[in-house]
Amino acid sequence: MTTEIKTPSQLEKVLKAGHLAVTSECGPPRGSDGEVIKKKAEMIKNHVDAINITDNQTSVTRLCSLASVIHLKLMGLEPVLQMVTRDRNRTALQSDILGAASFDIFNILCLSGDHQIFGDNPKGQNVFDLDSLQLIQTVRYMRDEGKFLGGDPILRPPRMFVGAAANPFADPFEIRVPRLAKKIAAGVEFIQTQCIFNVEKFKLYMKLAADRGLTEKAYILAGVTPLKSVGMAKYMKNRVPGMDVPDEIVKRMSGVAKDKQPEEGLKICVETIQQLKELPGVRGFHVMAIEWEEKVPEIVEQSGLYPRPKIG
Amino acid sequence: MIVAKQKPIEEIIESVKNAGRILIAGCNECVTVCESGGKKEVAVLASALRMYFMNQGKDVKIDEITLERQCDHEYLEELRKLIDQYDAVLSLACGVGVQFLAEKYVKTPVFPGVDTCFMGVTEQRGVWTERCQGCGQCILARTGGICPVSRCAKRLFNGPCGGSTRGKCEIDKDLDCGWQLIVNRLKEMGKLEDYEALIPIKDWSKERAGGPRKIVREDVR
Repeated sequence: MTTEIKTPSQLEKVLKAGHLAVTSECGPPRGSDGEVIKKKAEMIKNHVDAINITDNQTSVTRLCSLASVIHLKLMGLEPVLQMVTRDRNRTALQSDILGAASFDIFNILCLSGDHQIFGDNPKGQNVFDLDSLQLIQTVRYMRDEGKFLGGDPILRPPRMFVGAAANPFADPFEIRVPRLAKKIAAGVEFIQTQCIFNVEKFKLYMKLAADRGLTEKAYILAGVTPLKSVGMAKYMKNRVPGMDVPDEIVKRMSGVAKDKQPEEGLKICVETIQQLKELPGVRGFHVMAIEWEEKVPEIVEQSGLYPRPKIG
Repeated sequence: MIVAKQKPIEEIIESVKNAGRILIAGCNECVTVCESGGKKEVAVLASALRMYFMNQGKDVKIDEITLERQCDHEYLEELRKLIDQYDAVLSLACGVGVQFLAEKYVKTPVFPGVDTCFMGVTEQRGVWTERCQGCGQCILARTGGICPVSRCAKRLFNGPCGGSTRGKCEIDKDLDCGWQLIVNRLKEMGKLEDYEALIPIKDWSKERAGGPRKIVREDVR
């Protein structure tokens, strides 16, 4: 695994120093109050190395991820700009990358984005001028070649550590590892996975990835999400596309009283991290506490991932 | 073929309600095959409109004609001797035919009787599905003969996305995931390794994005 530092990203430094990294994410508000995002970040900032800001997740219109990461940057934090290709063509994507770079945003997560049918504008147009792999290629090209897609030179190119998502649980399973290989071939440097509830399936995915040497070519952060209730477990199992929540998890959540379910969900989350900490190829964790950001410090501490390394 | 579906009768009535003499013009090509605008549909619509106007106490002349095609001068010329007898033409051709008719007979209002939907196939009687969006630069050779532009809801060139579940698309559990189909076909052909070739950024200028398109063949002009 290369340890040569390519960008000023703190996340890159933590990973390349050999630490298990911890990232988390905050969803921007459905309004223009920037304080909301700052408060969420305040809750978790001491327990993570970087904070993702989601980009109109599930296609619901929100305060934009670009403005949100700037709020975080101005607080002195390390944001990861999530960028979906659903809503912007290549002109807008490159322009927003430069906008982020002008505020020294050093991490980007390249995504295609949920289909707009799930959001508040199901009758809207989608763009998908590029797909997520092509966005990875675009950012790497802008950074490494210092050029726009059109070939013109960029004055002060972006310096971004380039990430993408991977869903080991979507179908068809047989191409999930080849798809990871494709993202790596496109130039991805770190991966944050979909929420892991089916640990055994994830272990198989990681083994297949390791067999191909992929875990030495990108830093893979295992995604975890604490369940708040049995209702949430069932919803994720049945309603969220590409999500794999095994029956025993649902059973375990329904086996405790309603007021104890949040505690049980947190326990499952911590246990998942514990089980995966030693798994070859796992370089860190991405904790997605959906509208439950205040629990991130507890999860990180109980998982033995606190304090976070100080790297200057 | 170009697949279309009939507009709601209320919408059709709204468009022609003030006309005293209406010609309903069908097309013998695609819309006949997809049972939305052929001779049969012309007859059914004509009966429905006659009944509507009769109930309204209006004396409206409604005639029927079905042309071989509405996208060729040759066949559209057949209307030249008739067109002045009508206040409106209700064309059951696709949007192409409606426009070509309107371009030719500039003084006569032409109304669409169908919604033109897509280029597709008859999967079975009564079921038509999309296969092509005319992107202007076919990549089927690279994707196992299955088109990611028309069959992936996100038009991903390097899919599938994380929403593919049990072979179905995240937007509709009855819709096949286009990339699952591509993977299946590559596998059938023993070419699954082709999946790993990165498909480069698309030149969308050959698609609608590049403006209205035109092909000129000097050799056949």
